[in-house]
Amino acid sequence: MKVMAAPPETAILQVDDLSVCFETSRGSVQAVSGVSFAMAKGEVYALVGESGCGKSTTALAVMRLVPPPGRIRRGHIRLGDEDLLALSDEAMADVRGRRLAMIFQNPLVSLNPVYRAGSQIEEAISLDSVPRPVAWRRAIEVLGRVRIGDPAERALRYPHELSGGMRQRVMTGMMISRTPDLLIADEPTTALDVTIQARILDLLMDLCSHSGMALLIITHDLGIVAEIADRVGVMYAGSLVEQAPVYELYEDPLHPYTRMLMRALPRLGKGQGRLETIPGSVPDLIALPAGCAFHPRCPERLAICASQTPVSRVVGGGRTVACHRGEVDR
Amino acid sequence: MASTGGTRPPRRSPMRVWPLVRVALGNGQLVVGAILLLVVLLIAVFAESLAPRAYDAMDLTNRLRAPGPGMLLGTDQFGRDTLSRIIYGSRIALRVGLIVVVIEGVLGVSLGLLAGYYGGLADRMISFLTDITWALPPIVLALAIVTVLGPGLNNVMIAIALVSWAGYARLIRSKAQGLKNMPFVEAARALGESDLSIMFRYILPNTFGLIVVVASLSLPGAILSTTALSFLGLGSQPPAPDWGVILSEGIRFLYDAPFLSIFPGLALVWTVLGFTLLGEGLRDILDPRMKA
Repeated sequence: MKVMAAPPETAILQVDDLSVCFETSRGSVQAVSGVSFAMAKGEVYALVGESGCGKSTTALAVMRLVPPPGRIRRGHIRLGDEDLLALSDEAMADVRGRRLAMIFQNPLVSLNPVYRAGSQIEEAISLDSVPRPVAWRRAIEVLGRVRIGDPAERALRYPHELSGGMRQRVMTGMMISRTPDLLIADEPTTALDVTIQARILDLLMDLCSHSGMALLIITHDLGIVAEIADRVGVMYAGSLVEQAPVYELYEDPLHPYTRMLMRALPRLGKGQGRLETIPGSVPDLIALPAGCAFHPRCPERLAICASQTPVSRVVGGGRTVACHRGEVDR
Repeated sequence: MASTGGTRPPRRSPMRVWPLVRVALGNGQLVVGAILLLVVLLIAVFAESLAPRAYDAMDLTNRLRAPGPGMLLGTDQFGRDTLSRIIYGSRIALRVGLIVVVIEGVLGVSLGLLAGYYGGLADRMISFLTDITWALPPIVLALAIVTVLGPGLNNVMIAIALVSWAGYARLIRSKAQGLKNMPFVEAARALGESDLSIMFRYILPNTFGLIVVVASLSLPGAILSTTALSFLGLGSQPPAPDWGVILSEGIRFLYDAPFLSIFPGLALVWTVLGFTLLGEGLRDILDPRMKA
């Protein structure tokens, strides 16, 4: 397991100071504000946080698929040596699928209902101007690679004839069929039952370790994170509040929000009684509280938290944290 | 099904067709409509062998004869056999219906797709055009267009198509608006598909059921409108055995020879009823949600 933060020269993905906002009639929704992180080749990076914390929007911004009225307001996204935000729409469409791919939350509706499973992968492969018969053969190979039994037969099935887990495999197959450098998985297992979840996660990890593909996984499930991630970024109200290698994060969470998140995690055999919850609720992204966005819910807040936004600091071992507390302590 | 190894699949396996046929046979409207139309279709195909005489063969000794042996549906003022004219007229009716539906379908579906997929300015412009077309009385608008283009069956077909595409555009637009936000379209974008490819490979195939239903429901209207314009003297010109032409010629002898107007009218009713029943039946089995 890699524990180092990716140095810029080997980074496959580098996101700097990314801000995304949605202009609505009520005002500007600041969905992502000043998020920076980097991923190395083959690394599994997990973005975690509550619903609406901006993790999916961050992923969509990397794909440049933020739906209108959303807009990338600031920042840089580099994939290898390419500046994604500077590309034309056509050039970006060419990057998608070929170097950068994404699997979505709901496998039940992520496949085109009118085409056979194999045809959809064939279509993806033929985007590289591969002749159709060759693409069809490769599609069957891909189905084998995502561990679908009897791929030649399953390739002829329509999506409604396949189970949810099977459909998520077909989806994964479609996305890895052109061997992208980075695969983004937005809650890939949320709609699946637990045993299927484990198999899909296992498959994703395997694909990464075999092909050197990096995986950016978006989830709210800390169990999944512990299972597959190398590094974790914790998001709250559009900001990345803490980043750390997965082991360190679980052992010694630095940000008060991360600590509370950990305590809200059910553990087997501890007899801890009622689960802890985080009091309060996620702030309105149109009118973020002044200073640190978490301070109204933070049990450890200081006077400065209400007035000044904490800046993300490197705290050694590839960790960053955005909290005033640490500044005072150290 | 046997494993087919690395070869391309057949377009459609029999496995999927048979249940559909069974569902179709269980739908009364569909079956009756299909039988009515099958009769019309057979008559149109075998017109030469079925018609006792040529549609324009005159027999001046037998003018305005009432139906009877030798001339089952009577003769008109030139002694032409009405049965033969109606039989040949079925060809015109079917051809007109199909051509009009294809033209209006292509027009309406493409505009609806563009409006629904792109939204924004394209949508506003196309919807404006759709609403205007929708608001004007179709026959009056078609009359105006034929007046500009000049009379003739081809011009009538163009006119009818130009006034009736709006229904397709509206339905396809709203369907495309729903489909473009489906995760599988987002997945297509994530794969790097172009807008054109998404419209034609992802959205259009998912509207086929709807298109089939709308087309079969608008076929009777297309036949009725062209017949109406032919009746008014703007479409097919005599001696063409167009049902509208036969009707308009017969109307002058309504008191002396009512059969001249009744039989082409019945043929029209038969055909239109067949298409309507077929269309409603198809709607029921292809898109249960559209049931009124």
